[in-house]
Amino acid sequence: MNLAARQEDFARAQVGTPSLGPAPLAARGLSVSYGVKPALIGVDAIFPPGRMIAVIGPNGAGKSTFLKAALGLAPKIAGEVEIFGKPVDQAYGRFAYVPQRASVDWDFPTQALDVVSMGLYRELGLMGRFRGEHKRRALAALERVGMADFADRQIGRLSGGQQQRVFLARALAQNADLYLLDEPFAGVDAATERAIVEVLKGLQAEGRTVVCVHHDLATAREYFDYALLLNLRKIAEGPIREVLTVGDLQRTYGGRLTEAQLAAFGAPGGAGG
Amino acid sequence: MMGEDFVRFSLAPLLIGALAAMACALPGNFLLLRRQAMIGDAISHVVLPGIVVAFLLTGSVSTWPMLLGALGAAAVSAVLIELVRRIGRVEPGAAMGVVFTTLFALGVLLLERASLGNVHLDVQHALYGNLESLIWLRSSGWASLTDPKALATLPEELPRMAAVAGLMGLLTLIFWRPLKISTFDEGFARSLGIPVRMVSFGLVLAAAAACVAAFDAVGSIIVIAMLVCPPATARLMTDRLATQVWLSLAFAVFAAVLGYVLAGYGPLWLGGEDSVSAAGMIATVSGLTLGIAALYGPHRRRDEAGEPQAL
Amino acid sequence: MEILLQALTLRLGHNAMLATLGAGMFGLAAGASGAFLVLRKRALVSDAMAHATLPGLALAFLLMAALGGEGRGLLGLMLGSAISAALGLLAVDWLTRRTRLTEDAAIGAVLASFFGFGVVLMTVIQTLPFGRKAGLESFLLGSTAGMLRADALTILVGGLIALGATLLLRRPMTLVAFDPEYAAASGVKVQRIDLAMMALAGGIMVVGLKIVGLVLAVAMLILPAAAARFWTDRVGRVVWGAGLIGGVSGYLGTALSAIAPRLPTGPMVVLTAAAIFLVSMIFAPGRGALALWSARRGFGRRLKLRAGLLDLAQGRRPSAEAARELRRAGFLSAAGEATDSGRAAAREAAEDESLWARAREILPPEALAGRDDGATPLRAALTPDEWSLVRGVSA
Repeated sequence: MNLAARQEDFARAQVGTPSLGPAPLAARGLSVSYGVKPALIGVDAIFPPGRMIAVIGPNGAGKSTFLKAALGLAPKIAGEVEIFGKPVDQAYGRFAYVPQRASVDWDFPTQALDVVSMGLYRELGLMGRFRGEHKRRALAALERVGMADFADRQIGRLSGGQQQRVFLARALAQNADLYLLDEPFAGVDAATERAIVEVLKGLQAEGRTVVCVHHDLATAREYFDYALLLNLRKIAEGPIREVLTVGDLQRTYGGRLTEAQLAAFGAPGGAGG
Repeated sequence: MMGEDFVRFSLAPLLIGALAAMACALPGNFLLLRRQAMIGDAISHVVLPGIVVAFLLTGSVSTWPMLLGALGAAAVSAVLIELVRRIGRVEPGAAMGVVFTTLFALGVLLLERASLGNVHLDVQHALYGNLESLIWLRSSGWASLTDPKALATLPEELPRMAAVAGLMGLLTLIFWRPLKISTFDEGFARSLGIPVRMVSFGLVLAAAAACVAAFDAVGSIIVIAMLVCPPATARLMTDRLATQVWLSLAFAVFAAVLGYVLAGYGPLWLGGEDSVSAAGMIATVSGLTLGIAALYGPHRRRDEAGEPQAL
Repeated sequence: MEILLQALTLRLGHNAMLATLGAGMFGLAAGASGAFLVLRKRALVSDAMAHATLPGLALAFLLMAALGGEGRGLLGLMLGSAISAALGLLAVDWLTRRTRLTEDAAIGAVLASFFGFGVVLMTVIQTLPFGRKAGLESFLLGSTAGMLRADALTILVGGLIALGATLLLRRPMTLVAFDPEYAAASGVKVQRIDLAMMALAGGIMVVGLKIVGLVLAVAMLILPAAAARFWTDRVGRVVWGAGLIGGVSGYLGTALSAIAPRLPTGPMVVLTAAAIFLVSMIFAPGRGALALWSARRGFGRRLKLRAGLLDLAQGRRPSAEAARELRRAGFLSAAGEATDSGRAAAREAAEDESLWARAREILPPEALAGRDDGATPLRAALTPDEWSLVRGVSA
C-alpha cells in the first residue's frame, strides 16, 4: 500500500490523540521499565467487554507489570492506557484491583470483614458513616466467597486460600465493571481455586469483564475465553482457542515448555506459525 | 502529694507530659505499621539545625521562631530522606541515617558558629526538656481550676500541647480510612485513587509537628520514646487497629504519669535528696512497659500464616 | 590557603598531626566496617547501639566514683559503654526475634528507653559534688576542642584493631551481607557473623564517641558506605571504597577544622563525608542519579521514536508522544506528514523489526535476554556471527 496516501489520511485527522475506544481496557505502545531494564515493551491490547481474560506468559514476562501499568502503578516509560475510554484517574470506581497476595503485610492488625469494608471506600469517602447496610454488603461479599464464618478473624490467621478469598470479596464489594486480578490462583488450595473461578464466572454472567494474570496453561482454556500472551512484548491476543497454539506458546515460552505440554494444545488449537 | 502543692508543682507537668505523649503516640501507630518507626529519631535530630537556623535568622531565642525553625527542618529532612531514597535508590534505614546525621552535623557546626555572641542555645534543654520547671506558680489548690485569673497563668506549653494533641486526634479521625488502607495495601489504595504519597508525607509532617511541639515542652527523648514504645506495646496486646490506637494512648499516659512520679519521688523513697530527669524516666518506663508486653502480651507473636483449616 | 596546605601536609604541630592521622584512621575503620552494616540493611542498628552506650557510660562513672576514683578513667568508661551497647544490641535482637515487632520498631524502642535511662543516670551524676564536669554535651557532640595526644593514640590503636578485625572477617561478612540464605546454606553461622559485625561497629562507636560524639560516629558508619555504593556493585569494592571515603573524610575534615577557629572537628569530618556522598549520588557513573536519569530518559525517547517509525511504516497514526519524538528527529513535518528521511527511517525500522522477529525465532532466548530492549537496532545488539546468521536465514 501507498505510504504517502495513508499519511495524508492521518494528517487530516484531528490533532491530539484520539481515544483508544470504549473497551474496558485498551493499551497502545505500553512500555514499562524499572530504571533502564525494560519490563514491558510496546504492548498494544484491546480487551473486549464481558469476557474472562487471561494474561499469560512465563515468569518475568511482565504479566503483573502489564496489570500494574494499566492502573498507573508501574513506572510507564512510553505508551498510553485507557479504561473504558478514559485515563485511569478518571475511571476510578469502575474497576477493582486485586493485588498479589504476597504484596501486603498480613500481620496488619485487621479482620477479614474490615478488609472487605475497604472496598467500600469510594462510596464512604473520608468521613461517611459505616452503616448497617454497608456491613450487610461486606458480609454478603464474604458470603459469596464462602468466608462469612471468618469475618472476625485476624487476616494473618487465615490460610493462603482464605486470604485470597478475602481479597476477592473486597473487590466484589467495590461492585465494579472491570476486575483485574494479579495471580489469584497462586498458592491456593484446589477448593479455593474452584470457588474463585465460580465467583469470577458469576461476574462474567452479570456482564462484567474479568482480567487475571495466570500462569497455569493446563487450566487456561477451561477458565478463560480470551487471552493476551506476553513475553516482554505482546506475542498474541485474541479468543483463547486462537491464541493458545503451539506456535504462539513456543514464541511465548521459548524452550521452556515440554513436548507433552505443547502436545496438549496441538489438536484443537490448530497448528500455528 | 495532694492538694495545693500538687496543683502548683505537679498538675501542669503531668498534664503536659501526658498530652505530649498522646500527641506523639497517635501518628506513631501508623509509622510503626509502615516500618517507619525511626522517623521520630531522625526528626528529633534535625530539630537542632532547625532551631539554630531560626536563631540565626531572627536573632531571638523566643519560642515561635524556634518552633517554626524546627518544624521547617523536620519537613526538609522528610523531603530529603524521600529524595535520597528515590533518586539515590538507598534503602530507607540508610537514607534516614545519611540525612539526619548530616543535618545534625550541620546543626553542631552552626551552633558552634552561632554562639559567638552572649546568647547560648541550650542543647541540654532541647534534649530532655524541662518538664519539672513547668509549674503553675499562681495556683492555690484545686479551686484555681475555676478561677480565670489563675488559669491565665498556666504555663503556655499546656494549651499549646493540648491544641496539638487535639489536632492529632482530629487528623487521625478524619484520615483514618485512607491512612489504614494505604498502610495495609498501597497498591490497592492507589487503585482507589487515594493519593498515597500525599498521605505518607502528611503523616510524616503531622508526626513532625507533634514532635516539635512536644520537644519544646518535654524534650526529644520523650518524643522518640512515645512515637515508638506505646504503639509497639499496644500492637502486642491486640489484633485490632482501633483498639491498638486507643491502647497506645493509654500506655502513653501511663508512662508519662508513672515516669513523672518515679522521677520526682522515686529518689526520695530510696533515700536520695534530688529528683532525677522526668523525661528520661518516662522514656525508661515506656521501654519497660514494652518489655513486659513482649514477654506476656497476648498477641506478641507473629501468627503462622496458613493455620490448617478445613473448608 | 597556605594554612590549609600546612594542615593537609601535617605541618601544624605535633598534636594537629596526631589528630589528623587519628581521624583519618577512624574514618577508614568506620567506613570499612560500616559498609557491611549498610549492605546488610542494618545501618540504624548502629544508631541504637550508639544511644545505648549512655547508661553504661554513666554507670561506669558512678561505679568508679563509688570506688573512690574521680570517675573519669577512659578505659572504664569505654568498657561500660561497650557493655551497655552490647545489651542494647541484644535487646533489639530479642525483640525482633521473639515478638512480631519489626526491626525498626525494636531499634527505636531500645534507643529511646536506653538513652532515657542513661539521662536519668546522668542527672544522678550531676547531683554528685564532682559530677558537673561529666557533661552530656560532649558525649553527644564530641569534644569540640582539638584532640589530645592520648585521644589520638587511642583512636589510632582502636582503628587499627577494628581494621584488622574487618580484614580477618571480610569473607564471611561479605557472604552474609550479599546473600544471607546462601551463606547459611554454605555453613556460615549467620547469626554469629551478624553479631560480630555489630560488635565491630560497636567498637568503632565507642572509640569514635570521644572525638566526634555519638551521632557523628553513626554518621561515619553510614555515610561512606552509602557513598561507595554508587560507584560499584561488588561487595569487596564497596567495603574498600567506603574505607577510602571514610579515611579521606577524616583526614580532610580534621585538616579543614584546624585552619580556622570554631570549626569543630566532628562536624567537619561528617560534612566532608556528606559532600562526598552528595557528589556520588548525583554524578557517579552507572548508579548515580544523573546517569540513571539520562539513561532512562534516552531509553524512553528511543522507544517512542521507534514506535512512531513503525506506525509510519504501517500507515498508522503515531500517538502524540511518538509524534513528538518523530518531529524532534525531523521525521515528521509540522503539518504531521512524514518527511523523506522519515519515510526512509520508517522503512529501515520496519526491516529491522522483521529481522528482530527472525532473530527471536532462531536464536535461543537466553542469548537475547538483556539485549532485546525494544529500542536497539538488531545490528547493534548482536555479535557479528549472530548477525550474519540472522541475515543469512532471512535472505
